[in-house]
Amino acid sequence: MQNKEIFINILRFIILILIQVFILNNINFLGFINPYLYLLFILIFPFKGNKTLLIFLSFLLGLSIDIFGDSGGIHAAASVFIAFIRPLFLKFSFGVSYEYDTIKLSKSDFVKRLIYITLMVVTHHFILFSLEIFNTDHILLILKSTLFSSIFSIVLLITTMSLFSRKS
Amino acid sequence: MQQILFFFIRNKNFLLFCVLFLVSIGLTIQSHSYHQNKFITSANFLSGGLYSYKSDITDYFNLRSENNQLIEENFRMRERLEFYKKNSFLANIDSSSILSKYHYIPAKVINNSFSKTKNKITIDEGSKKNIGLDMGVITSKGIIGIVNNTSKNYATIQSILNTNSQINAKLKSSNHFGSLVWDTKNPNIVQLIEIPRLAPLMLGDTIVTGGKSTIFPEGILIGTIKDFTLLDDESSYTLNIQLFNDMTNLNHVYLIKNREREEIKLVEEGEKDAE
Repeated sequence: MQNKEIFINILRFIILILIQVFILNNINFLGFINPYLYLLFILIFPFKGNKTLLIFLSFLLGLSIDIFGDSGGIHAAASVFIAFIRPLFLKFSFGVSYEYDTIKLSKSDFVKRLIYITLMVVTHHFILFSLEIFNTDHILLILKSTLFSSIFSIVLLITTMSLFSRKS
Repeated sequence: MQQILFFFIRNKNFLLFCVLFLVSIGLTIQSHSYHQNKFITSANFLSGGLYSYKSDITDYFNLRSENNQLIEENFRMRERLEFYKKNSFLANIDSSSILSKYHYIPAKVINNSFSKTKNKITIDEGSKKNIGLDMGVITSKGIIGIVNNTSKNYATIQSILNTNSQINAKLKSSNHFGSLVWDTKNPNIVQLIEIPRLAPLMLGDTIVTGGKSTIFPEGILIGTIKDFTLLDDESSYTLNIQLFNDMTNLNHVYLIKNREREEIKLVEEGEKDAE
């Protein structure tokens, strides 16, 4: 990565944590639905970037959210998991050659992008709520929270991406 | 040896993932037990500091309702004071020489959650002001929770809206005891379980704390009975309690320090040893 890119990623890391903690965690739409925008960092981390670095950074990202939310390690666990599984999802949604094509997420096909984001977000939310509720008696609550929060997150993520994508 | 090294290098992503994932799961499990670790908590200086900055700004939005609440509380205190003055023949005793059993410490809420299943509240006072574990937290309207983590300047509270929370409570009218728990559905309704079948229940009856633990004094308000159901085996009632507090809008709280707690603990432990 180039210097500029490293700088942008660090800035994005900090801003996303602040937005998540101070604004989005307080939405509580219909009592329990919160979007998780901080996933944006993991989603648009450069495709060719160092995978080990991404896993480690995701852990730090999740842990920061956990410290602010007093939630143990649930965000860290979910973030580390999707960071690890990301190459698989990329391959599934963009084809085997995603690493060699110089595609950018914002310029790719909308359907492919939607599949990629949905896979990542649903996996993340499912792990997140399973760990938070941590009780098989409440499996319905886990599924309900996953479904509604995922919809909210996906809409917000796609909106944010199209707002901040650079036109060339 | 070389092969082992190659194995590690080839699988470094997977190994790193395993380690970090296990660490997070460990932290999660730890947070499900009552006394969690010191590090992953919003009572530390960075998140606590940021939260108190935030509340410095957002506090202004609640000033009006907060003022009304304080006036209301002042009014009630004043009335009670007059009542004591009239009725007490001990009125002449210098009240400053009598230390009450419970000592109250005011604090301000700087972060509050109510939409999760294990909710925590962060306040802006810590061990510097003698705040310690297991102190009860109330507002003028009723109970909030129990302190479960402190740092120098901040502390976190396990809210009554937490599936780990279990607080001794009773009917104000008849002294039947039960445990206060939360079913995660509504932030203003909690459940009182294990109320014996013989208890006379009326909708709208007041529920107060039981005073069987050293955390809360007896008779702190909790809420009123919204509805109740008899369990299938007809042994006990489960009650839905409408809280007096609006748990989604908290600002000033009081912490309760029990001066005799150490002594009670000591006696109880001595009893255990004797057995």
